[in-house]
Amino acid sequence: MIRRLREAGLQSGVALAAVLLALAAGGLVILANGHNPLRVYRELFANTLGKPIYLGGVIFKATTLAFTGVAAAFAFRAGIFNIGGEGQLYMGAFACALAGLALPAATPAPVAVPLLALAAAAGGALAAAPPAILKATRGTHEVINTLMMNFVLFSVIHWLLAMVAVERTSHTPAVLDAGRLPLLSAFAKSMLGSQGNLSGLFAVAACSTVAYLFARTRLGYELRAVGANRTAAQYGGVSIRRMTLVSLLGSGALAGLGGTNLVLGSSHGYFEAGFSSGQGYLGIAVALLARNNAFAVLPAAFLFAVLSEGGQVFQRYATKELGEILQALVIVLVVVSAKFFEGAVARFQRSPADA
Amino acid sequence: MLDQALLLVYLTILSSVPYLLPALGGTCSERAGVVNIGLEGMLLVGAFAAAAAAHATGSAWTGLVAGVLAGTLTALLHALLTVTAKVDQIISGLSINLLAGGATGYGMDLIWGDTDSGTVPVLPAWELVPEGPWGNVVNALFGRPLVLLTALAVPAVWLLLFRTRFGLRLSAVGENPAACDTLGLSVAGLRYRGVLLSGALAGMGGSWLAFNVGRFGQDISAGKGYIAMAAVVCGRWRPLGVAAACFLFGFAGALCAALERWRVPVPSQLLTALPYVLTMIVVAGLVGRARAPAALGVPYEK
Repeated sequence: MIRRLREAGLQSGVALAAVLLALAAGGLVILANGHNPLRVYRELFANTLGKPIYLGGVIFKATTLAFTGVAAAFAFRAGIFNIGGEGQLYMGAFACALAGLALPAATPAPVAVPLLALAAAAGGALAAAPPAILKATRGTHEVINTLMMNFVLFSVIHWLLAMVAVERTSHTPAVLDAGRLPLLSAFAKSMLGSQGNLSGLFAVAACSTVAYLFARTRLGYELRAVGANRTAAQYGGVSIRRMTLVSLLGSGALAGLGGTNLVLGSSHGYFEAGFSSGQGYLGIAVALLARNNAFAVLPAAFLFAVLSEGGQVFQRYATKELGEILQALVIVLVVVSAKFFEGAVARFQRSPADA
Repeated sequence: MLDQALLLVYLTILSSVPYLLPALGGTCSERAGVVNIGLEGMLLVGAFAAAAAAHATGSAWTGLVAGVLAGTLTALLHALLTVTAKVDQIISGLSINLLAGGATGYGMDLIWGDTDSGTVPVLPAWELVPEGPWGNVVNALFGRPLVLLTALAVPAVWLLLFRTRFGLRLSAVGENPAACDTLGLSVAGLRYRGVLLSGALAGMGGSWLAFNVGRFGQDISAGKGYIAMAAVVCGRWRPLGVAAACFLFGFAGALCAALERWRVPVPSQLLTALPYVLTMIVVAGLVGRARAPAALGVPYEK
């Protein structure tokens, strides 16, 4: 237990150090633009967390990122790179919106919401199916196939969208009212005008479920075993083929679930072309910052949401792209410092035996 | 009919260029054992630097040099992360792509204060052969300096990899770095050079993208670096095979453009998926017959 805690402490220390270093590097950019970094960062936090309406926007963004983040982490733990979160999220959202159009208007909410969430998950899994099947049966590398699927899905979805879209727009009609999730502003009036909604709770539930799965179930153990050492897992009787399918399809389903936030949770209630752009790729970064820990995905998603939403503040003082640059820097620094720490720990553990 | 066939050939070659340059680069890097998914970011940075330098100096040639240099510098970051810091190669490449997006956006803010560069000076077109029905085609293609350079790059990379000491050593560190190390070769040094070469070629590919349309926007690379990476696998890590794969993807792109021009009633959104679907099919078909460099993706620990 103590060792676990120490391990967790070390991991969060690495992540925190990387975030601080990235902010320091971003500070240099702000300084070069002739502004005081501390003031800019204070304003960044004031403009993203300082008022309920801003916070609502951050929660909305963080919810999507938590889904795509936990999706990437789910696959990573089994040693699979799912770079297709972008397309899986898009497909999940589209499937969710289509199902929302197909359901009869009289469907009660307790039936409609789970059904639409299921449609989103199924859409995401479907998007991950070709790479999953190719990997499991032919052994093709998932990096290329999940990546290619993003582009394929974009084309196919936009083709289909043209058939169902409201005339002269690039969005579908809104889903039935019973399928919509309440905005947070329904509970806190001060959040009025922001998109934060109850699917944030879904994201917390999804992360908790994944954490439980990995920590306490046989399936989670087998997935981790394959990720840690394929050959050993295979000798131990784990079916690599089955785990490959489970990890990629499960990862796709989790990313697809993010569509519930975008479609059912937003104030529009419809699917719009390009509305999830970049959030699938960013999920990979969230998973890396969280060191593939499902619970840590939540704060990591939150931080990335703050950096994404902080664009306007950054624009005033440097460039709106600074948020994106900071996100990239966080990732580079977190992987480098993790490598560095691992090396240091390994040397430390080895030294008594060497002596 | 001949005109149409000629048009297809012409479009195929033009759309292959932005795949060919980064893919030849990726071949060098992957043969040395380093996966380069950052080709996408290097294309983008190269295109930006080429457009920015051409805009600033008024000379497209300076732009080309800047594009190649910027691609090389971006590759240096990839080499630092993967070879020296031994970070996972896919993660390093993806962060480079993220960073390239942010950095070029920042650069556009600084230089143009807009999301589009407007027109920038482009490379001149040469008249290599006298005019005529075929001469025009030759001029339209190879009169463009970067198409000519690309055509020369294919045999050049082949010669470099298979007929020079450096090239053979490069492949050797991708197969068995420990053996190379024992023989006194610098594994890190060779891998750095392989990765830098890929950045230079990707930067040149980026310059082509910018000069081909005479402007820069952040949507300019649009996944071409990823296709190039896939082309390396499809071409089985050999320059001629890689070139063939790039032509195939270029042909898919050209077919889209040609069908649209011929007003064939095929949904254009679906056609744009063609190169990507093709990639998946070709890669799946190759399994078992293509063998990657043995040490591909594995950092070398002494």
